[in-house]
Amino acid sequence: MNRNLPPLSPYYRSLTRNMVLLVMVISFTPMVLVTGIILDQFSSSHHEKVFAHLGELVLKHKQNIDSFLDEKVQNIRFLADSIDFDRISQPGIIAEDLSRLQSAYGTVFVDLGVVNEQGQQVAYAGPFNLENAIYADADWFKKAIQSNYFTSDVFLGLRGSPHFIIAVRKTWQGQKWIIRATIDFLSFNRLVEKVRIGETGFAYILNREGQFQTKPIFDFTPTLDIYSRYFATLSRMGKEVEIQERLDGAGVKSLYVSALLKGGDWLLVYKQASSDAFSDLHNAQIIALVFFVLGGIAIVAMAVWMSGRMVRRIATSDKEKEIMNEQVIETGKLASVGELAAGIAHEINNPVAIMVEEAGWLQDLMEDGAYKNEADIKEFERALNQIRTQGKRCKEITHKLLSFARKTDSRIEDFEIGHLIEEVVALSAQRAKYSNVELTTRLEPKLPAISASHSELQQVFLNLINNALDAMDKTGGTLEISARQEEGQILIGVADNGPGIPKANLARIFDPFFTTKPVGSGTGLGLSICYGIIQKMGGTIAVKSALDVGTTFEIRIPVKTDDTVENRTVVSASDTCN
Amino acid sequence: MPGSRKSPRGAHRETMDPNRPNNPSPAPIRLLLVDDEKGFVEVLSKRLAKRNIHTTQAFSGSEGIRLLRRSDFDVAVLDLKLEDMDGIEILKIFKKMDPHMPVIMLTGHGSEKASIEGIRYGAFDYLTKPHELAELVEKINEAIRLRERTDDTDETASC
Repeated sequence: MNRNLPPLSPYYRSLTRNMVLLVMVISFTPMVLVTGIILDQFSSSHHEKVFAHLGELVLKHKQNIDSFLDEKVQNIRFLADSIDFDRISQPGIIAEDLSRLQSAYGTVFVDLGVVNEQGQQVAYAGPFNLENAIYADADWFKKAIQSNYFTSDVFLGLRGSPHFIIAVRKTWQGQKWIIRATIDFLSFNRLVEKVRIGETGFAYILNREGQFQTKPIFDFTPTLDIYSRYFATLSRMGKEVEIQERLDGAGVKSLYVSALLKGGDWLLVYKQASSDAFSDLHNAQIIALVFFVLGGIAIVAMAVWMSGRMVRRIATSDKEKEIMNEQVIETGKLASVGELAAGIAHEINNPVAIMVEEAGWLQDLMEDGAYKNEADIKEFERALNQIRTQGKRCKEITHKLLSFARKTDSRIEDFEIGHLIEEVVALSAQRAKYSNVELTTRLEPKLPAISASHSELQQVFLNLINNALDAMDKTGGTLEISARQEEGQILIGVADNGPGIPKANLARIFDPFFTTKPVGSGTGLGLSICYGIIQKMGGTIAVKSALDVGTTFEIRIPVKTDDTVENRTVVSASDTCN
Repeated sequence: MPGSRKSPRGAHRETMDPNRPNNPSPAPIRLLLVDDEKGFVEVLSKRLAKRNIHTTQAFSGSEGIRLLRRSDFDVAVLDLKLEDMDGIEILKIFKKMDPHMPVIMLTGHGSEKASIEGIRYGAFDYLTKPHELAELVEKINEAIRLRERTDDTDETASC
């Protein structure tokens, strides 16, 4: 692809740049929008899904735990109904009750005790030695004696290890009795512990004082005010599950899903780092980003490559157009020279005819044999002189034509336009004479130099003069070519008093292939070529015409300035290369 | 009436021979030559004189018209490219002044169109400059011969 391409000019470089930018903007805008919208939609729906899933999970566990606690309370109540308080203090009875309990509901019940109204444990079965323990000052006892049944928070108690108690109050013989059972902390803990999702998702239970009711997998200190807010929010809003996303104590953005337990005493909290909870989303986002970046790179590469190619193509076609223009100008030049040739032929035929006749005359004289006397020799000399004179005349005509034709290259030069106009006028003088047109010039002396192609300007004036002479061929008239300086421009007028151009044709006069001449007589290119040439040198050409009054072509060419010289030298340098 | 001004020329017609230019003849052909190229007119007149053709020189269209108004000519040779007047216009005037006088046109190369137009306006023939003298003399004689024939029929018709 990159076969030693020549460097492009600044114009084409900026064109390439603009095209690349345009293609990139056009391609990236929808891509960014679509990707953004899709990612946003996906993200919000994924959030919703995750939230719903976690909410459901927490709700399920809340129900699990609540029903677990309920069940345990029911179990103890059932047991309490069958307890015979008379015999309870007898050894073995309570142990029998415990083993019945354990065999029916599993080893979740660690021990069992009966406490009288004074807070003394009258009977106890279990692994600890707690018979006759006094609970009168224990927190749980104070609460348990107030209600029919009670589930305590987790506490260390007399045994020095975390546990919690389910207590059922019974009244017998006017006395209040409390039947209490300790729940195996580990098996309760397992209920919460098994809530594990991802790498960081775990659950724990807090009481209203912000103390752990389970042993969290990751150890941390809960921030009390946040949790009390959860308590408040949940109870106020009547919602079962509250989901929040916020920074945790370590500054990691996390999801907090909470639900109330145990009639609002406890708070079940599920916590998971957001990045973990949304890891699927993040993966999808990363994949999307990778595709986006790859697509972006592809777009940029395509934009650069395509723009480069297109600009190359444009540059090539511009160059071709330039060459074609040159060829059209060359063709036009040939056409105008062809028209000129008819005039030149006339001009040259006269001296040639004289020479032929003079030579014939000499022959006549020689055939008569009369070339010895003085008079005959004089006649000979006269005839020969005439031949020489007419030969010179021919030479002058051909020189004039040659000096015109020699300047065929379209090199840009600095020159004064007056001389060029005189030259073209001299060349057209004979044709004008035969068309009975008075051809005059009115040139301001000392006009500033212009920077243009000599031969192209010649062609412009030759075309305009030829057109004017054609228009006045039948009628005769005057044709004046004037040149003067005006505001940094040279103003050249080619004014005739011929029949004028109809308004309908005036607008199309510079159009290529527009001609009023019969088919085969005119190419219709002359004026369009003039237009192109004048435009190219930064000038303007305009026409004014009135029927039966005449036509004036007005050409404005900028006077050569220093900066145009620099531009021109670049062009002319490339022109002279070929 | 141009017809009445005509002089009968049948007598010397047989003696006319372009191949023997010095052959003296009592009544030379009267030719009106209209061309603004002075050098050409002068040398051509001299050469035609040797061939028994007397040339009256006119260096412009108006001069030619003036001369034709003054006297009769057997034949006219007219350059179509003249500075003062259009050749075809002169031809029309000539034909109006003397319809019987044949007009031979001289043109440059590339102006054949004008010559054809001229023939439509009654010109006898045309020659392209530069031409051979023999060719011109031949055309002049042809024109004279044709003129005499038409003059004869004209006269027969008038009798």
